[in-house]
Amino acid sequence: MLSFDTLLTGACQGLIWAFVALGVFISFRLLDFADLSCEGCFTCGAAVSGVLIAGGVPPALSVICAFFAGCIVGIVTGLLHTKLKIPPILAGILTMTALFSVNLMIMQSPNINIGKHNTLYDQVNGLLEIGRRYSALIIGVLLVILVVYALYWFLGTELGCTVRATGDNEKMCRAQGVNTDNAKILGLALSNGLVAVGGSMLCQYQSSANSTMGVGAIVIALASIIIGETIFKRARGFVLRLFGVAIGAVIYRVIVTVIIDANIMSPDNLKLLTALVITVALGLSAILDSAKKAIKHRGSHKKGGA
Amino acid sequence: MEEKNTPMLEIRGITKIFHGGTINEKRALDNLSLTINRGDFITVIGGNGAGKSTLMNALTGVFPLDEGEIILDGKDITFLPEHRRARYFGRVFQDPMMGTAPNMEIAENLSLAYRRDKRHGLRWEISAKERELYAKELARLGLGLEERMSSKVGLLSGGQRQALTLLMATLVQPKMLLLDEHTAALDPKTAAKVLEITEEIVAEAGLTTLMVTHNMRDAIEHGNRLIMLKDGKVILDIAGEEKKNLTVETLLAMFSRVSGEEFASDRALLS
Ligand SMILES: Nc1ncnc2c1ncn2[C@@H]1O[C@H](COP(=O)(O)OP(=O)(O)O)[C@@H](O)[C@H]1O
Ligand SMILES: [Mg+2]
Repeated sequence: MLSFDTLLTGACQGLIWAFVALGVFISFRLLDFADLSCEGCFTCGAAVSGVLIAGGVPPALSVICAFFAGCIVGIVTGLLHTKLKIPPILAGILTMTALFSVNLMIMQSPNINIGKHNTLYDQVNGLLEIGRRYSALIIGVLLVILVVYALYWFLGTELGCTVRATGDNEKMCRAQGVNTDNAKILGLALSNGLVAVGGSMLCQYQSSANSTMGVGAIVIALASIIIGETIFKRARGFVLRLFGVAIGAVIYRVIVTVIIDANIMSPDNLKLLTALVITVALGLSAILDSAKKAIKHRGSHKKGGA
Repeated sequence: MEEKNTPMLEIRGITKIFHGGTINEKRALDNLSLTINRGDFITVIGGNGAGKSTLMNALTGVFPLDEGEIILDGKDITFLPEHRRARYFGRVFQDPMMGTAPNMEIAENLSLAYRRDKRHGLRWEISAKERELYAKELARLGLGLEERMSSKVGLLSGGQRQALTLLMATLVQPKMLLLDEHTAALDPKTAAKVLEITEEIVAEAGLTTLMVTHNMRDAIEHGNRLIMLKDGKVILDIAGEEKKNLTVETLLAMFSRVSGEEFASDRALLS
C-alpha cells in the first residue's frame, strides 16, 4: 500500500509545484490579479528548458532562461491589462491562448524528449550518487528555500513593497505616488517567472515536455496555496506564509501520488477530485462564516428578547 | 519662503464631462475657474453631485479633463499622470478604507508615504531611524498608534485610519492638502478629534488646503475662505472678514440668493 517510495516521489514533484504555487501566490494573493496565463506559462518554461537542454545548453542556465521567458509572459499580460485596459482574467486568457502557438513554435513538435541529455537532476546525482530521487529531493528543498528567501527579501524592499501595496489598495498607492501600472507588471513578471521555473523543473524531472503539460496548473497551484494557508493559519510573519505555500504544494502532491498509487482513483479523474477539493476548501469558509453569523445572530436575538 | 497671497493653484476653465455623447451625459465640472493663494485654507461645500469630488479628482489627475488647465505653483500639471502629481497633493478620502493598505503594517504604510517623491529602489524597507521618525509623528496624533507600528492597518478603527491617512498625506510636505469629506464617515466625537488634528497639521506647516465638508458649521468655523459648488461651478466665494462673520443663517440666505433655490431641499448641507 503506502510505500516510502510513493511519498518520496510525491515530495519531489511537490517541490517542483512549489515554484508554481509561489508564483500564483504573488499574482492571486498579493496582487489580487487572477492571472490565468499560468497554464501556458508553465508549459512555456518546460518548452524553453527542454529545447535548450536538447541543444546542449547547461541545465542550470536553461532554468534561468525559463525564468526570463516566464517574466516576458507576465510582462505581456501586464501590458495588456495596464495599457490596453483589458480586465485581468481576459488578459490572462489571451496570453494563455497565444502561448499555445508560441510553445509549439518553441518546441517544433507537440512533445520533446530529453532522456538522452543530462538534466540538473542527473548532474546532481552524478555528484552525490544517492539516486535520482534523493537528488531531486535535495535540489528541490534547497531551491525552494532559496526562492522563498529571495522572495521574502524582494517583497520587503521598497520596490517589493509597492507590489504588495498595489494589490492591497491601488487607489491609495497612486495617491502615494506609486506607478501602479509598473508595480503590477513587475509583480506579474515575477509571478510568471516562477511558474515557468516550475515548468522547467518538471521537464527535467520527467525528461520530457509536451504542449499540454500545463493544463490544470492553476488549480493545482490554488489547491497548494489553500492547503498552505489552512495549515499555517496562525503563522505570523511573511516568510512563514511563503513557506506555507511551498509546503502546501508538497502536501497536495503527496496526497495525489498516494491516491493514484493506491488505485483509489485513476489519474483521469484526478482533475475532478482537485476541483472538488478546492470547491470544498473555498466553500467551507463561506459555510463556516455564515454559520458563525447565524449563531451570533441568534445570540443577539436572545439578548434583545431578555 | 515664498510670499503669502501669491497663487499656489490656478484652475482655468476646467470642464469634465462624464458619459459624453450619451443620454447620461453629465457635465460634472463646467468651465470652473478658481485661484487659490499660498496658505489658503478653503472649505468647500455643495450638495450631492455638485462636483466636489470631481474637482479633487481633476486636480490629482484621476482622469483627463475635457477642457481647461491647472497651474500648480507656476507649473502646468494638466497632463501630468496621477502618480507623478502625488508628490504635490496630499489626499484624504471620505472612505477610511480608501487611504491606507489594510493588509500592511502601520509602519509599512508610512514608509510608502515617506517615499512619495522618491524612486522605489532595492533597499530593504524602513531603517531604525525611520521608525523613530514615524513613532514621533504618530505620537502627535495622540491615539497611541506609536505603540502599534507593526499592527496591520486593517485592525484600526475608521477614525484611527483617517488620522493615519492624514499623517501619510503630510509626512512629506505636499504643496497642497486635499480633504474630501474626510470626517463624514466618522461618529461625531471621532470626527471632531480628526478635525482637530487636521487643524493642527495644517496650521503647523501653513499648508494650502482644500477641505470638502458636508457640515456647514465646520465649513464656517475652519479656514479663511469658503466656496460653494453647484452643477460644477463655483457659485459662492467668501473670504476675509465676510468669512469670519459668517453664520449658518447668512450662508443659507446667500445660497438661495445665488442659486434661486431653497437651501432646505438639500439635505446634505443641513446635516
Ligand atoms: N467616474 C464617474 N463616472 C460617471 N459619472 C461621475 C463619475 N464621477 C462623478 N460623476 C458624476 O458627476 C457628478 C458630480 O459628482 P461628485 O463630484 O462625486 O459630486 P460630489 O459633489 O457629491 O462629490 C455626479 O452627478 C456624479 O454622478
Ligand atoms: Mg463627493
